[in-house]
Amino acid sequence: MSVTPLPKPQRRPPAGEPMSQTEELHVVLKGITRVFGGRKRETQIHALGPLDLELRRGEFFSVVGPSGCGKSTLLDVVAGLAPPTTGQASFEGRAVTGVPDGIGVVFQEDASFPWLTVRDNVAFGLRRAGVDAAEIARRVDYAIGFMGLREFAGALPPQLSGGMRQRVCIARTLVLQPRLILLDEPFGALDQQTRLLMGDELLRLWRETNATVLLITHSLDEAAMLADRVGVMSARPGVFIDFVETGWPRDRDSRVIATPEFGAINARLWEKLRVESLKHMGVH
Amino acid sequence: MPREAWIRLAVIVAAVAALELLCRGGAIRHTAIIPPSEMAQALWRILRAGTFNADIVTTFRDIALAAAISIGLGFALGVGIHAWPDLRLGLEPMLASYYAVPTFILYPVFIILFGVGSGAITAVAVMLAIVAMITATLNGLDRIPSALRRTARVMRMGPLSTALRISLPAALPYLFTGMKLSVAYAVIGVIASEFILSGSGIGYSIAYAYNNFDNQTMYGLMLLVILAVVVINTGLHMVDRRLNARRGR
Amino acid sequence: MRQAVSVTLIVAVFLVLWQVLHLTAGTAIPGPGETLARLRALAATPAFWGHCAETGQAFLLAAVLSIVGGLVLGVLLGSHRLAGGVSEPILINLYALPKVTLYPVVLLIFGLGMSAKVAFGVMHGMIPLTLFTMNAILQTKPVYRRTASVMRLTPLQAAWTVILPAIVPEVMSGVQIAVSLALLGVLIGELFASQRGLGFLARHAMELGDMPTVLAVAATLIVFALALNAALRRLARISPRAS
Repeated sequence: MSVTPLPKPQRRPPAGEPMSQTEELHVVLKGITRVFGGRKRETQIHALGPLDLELRRGEFFSVVGPSGCGKSTLLDVVAGLAPPTTGQASFEGRAVTGVPDGIGVVFQEDASFPWLTVRDNVAFGLRRAGVDAAEIARRVDYAIGFMGLREFAGALPPQLSGGMRQRVCIARTLVLQPRLILLDEPFGALDQQTRLLMGDELLRLWRETNATVLLITHSLDEAAMLADRVGVMSARPGVFIDFVETGWPRDRDSRVIATPEFGAINARLWEKLRVESLKHMGVH
Repeated sequence: MPREAWIRLAVIVAAVAALELLCRGGAIRHTAIIPPSEMAQALWRILRAGTFNADIVTTFRDIALAAAISIGLGFALGVGIHAWPDLRLGLEPMLASYYAVPTFILYPVFIILFGVGSGAITAVAVMLAIVAMITATLNGLDRIPSALRRTARVMRMGPLSTALRISLPAALPYLFTGMKLSVAYAVIGVIASEFILSGSGIGYSIAYAYNNFDNQTMYGLMLLVILAVVVINTGLHMVDRRLNARRGR
Repeated sequence: MRQAVSVTLIVAVFLVLWQVLHLTAGTAIPGPGETLARLRALAATPAFWGHCAETGQAFLLAAVLSIVGGLVLGVLLGSHRLAGGVSEPILINLYALPKVTLYPVVLLIFGLGMSAKVAFGVMHGMIPLTLFTMNAILQTKPVYRRTASVMRLTPLQAAWTVILPAIVPEVMSGVQIAVSLALLGVLIGELFASQRGLGFLARHAMELGDMPTVLAVAATLIVFALALNAALRRLARISPRAS
């Protein structure tokens, strides 16, 4: 087997510079806050914001932040699962009210349906959407093959490992051909080596679908390795305190972790994040 | 009180009020159901006059005894069965389907053994309640995380010390669930047995009143039973909540 | 295999203890042999089967009504968090109530007869199934609901294709309990106030001091209840969720 050279980082404009007209904005968040609790000020929980975010179409964007900073809440707002208390969220130029068409979400918990086979699980969304049977069969077959589930297509999720079950969930999202894929710590329950390999799978998926990806993770390594751009969130209420461009080429894989650039990116992320994490732990 | 509790109170008050209206209005025959206000009055009279005091004492004493025996003996049996896996294997199907079986049908056997009266009644109630405690004990002992047991071994704790300081506290929430169920079944067992075949106790008094067309007394005593059950259950529930809250469950 | 051996041993021990009890209590408590003989004698009489039919009919009706009622009420209460929270303690207290004490009310409303017996059965069987179903719906893994939202399923689609399949194991457990308790309710009703049925037969024999009949009827009922329970559990295990 020949050794393919490690991908070299390329220069990309830093986040501060104005966006060129040709790059399309896929997701725009302006002044988003999310506040829980009753009317009384004392019982309110300021979970998120005010924050702004712009995602370019086809970008792989990752969010890191200390626990409880509101990362999952951010995902809920983008996906239309929860309305922001203030501010405006828009997807493909239209305001987000409810879950828009073209979004796929992979959750941290296992969302595979234990009463359906892998194949039926993957086909689930398509069947509910009324897609015709031949098309369903084609797409399901492709997704199962793509995620390496062919051997287990007739098995039930309780018979599979955690990693396989997450692949089922990803396949189920993939068949719906989403234009924006949101992932909330999808590999949190897996061991480190599996995580690295699943990261490679995610990159393959991203390249294959040309979707915009928003990955929420608490792992700096994962964010630094997978994303084009990483947003660092502060402790609660979460706002973005830094955006780091990684500069990786599109055809990257997990082997970037061996490069000095990876170390530099990690260092920069931790520099900001360490202070915020200490705040979360109650140390100032 | 939280919102849910207020709504619940409102629902119950509304239901009672509706019953009262239907009874007074004549939609429900007086010979069938008497208005709730009359039930309350009847109960008050009964308690004031003290005519049924002996029966009330008998019933609650039997309930307490049955519950205590079920809990104590049930726990001991549970511990024993847990320690003997082969026995457990054989008993498992029976324990699992115990409550599907109408065991009270063996009541006559107990009458022969203990004579008519508290002995037989308590025996039937224990038979009903004890399996709930055994099952809960087995469940609780199963669920002690092995990490806790191994910590005890690493600290070189002896078996008695482990049982008292680790196993018992760790299994306590499940044991308490068993105790709750045992008390509930003890109440059902005692009162139902008194009702069907007995000479004393609240259950018997209700049946006697029914047979003598004494609706007032009958409903008064029924109200007493309902109130007693609610008070006992609510009390146990609050203790249960405290127990679980401290453990952050 | 090991379990079958253990169970057989336990049954054998039980029979031995029964025989010992018979020997110590004298003629008052018949032993297994005598009970079996009486059962055979009873089975030869049409009257016995008449009683069985009576009980069986009431039980079947009560079981079906308990299941349907329990499921419908459970789904209704489970679909709305507030309704579920408000009604749960009420249902639990009703469950813990010795429903026997409410029997006179049922008799006063329904009179003596089949409908009263069925009412007793439903009183016992419906509430646990309601509780099980309601809790199963309320405690469905949140991630399933979120998945349904993300896939933009209508509430009806979500209920039918996600929630209902997810609660099948709990519902099956609830159905087992509902059926067992429906039988219990019918029997207690017959013990207390009926002129027909196996419960009546047992009580009648009790009053006549005819212990062999009492035990024969008891044995019949216990074996029937065990067999029914075993059948229901096997049915539950066939469902594809067994893991």
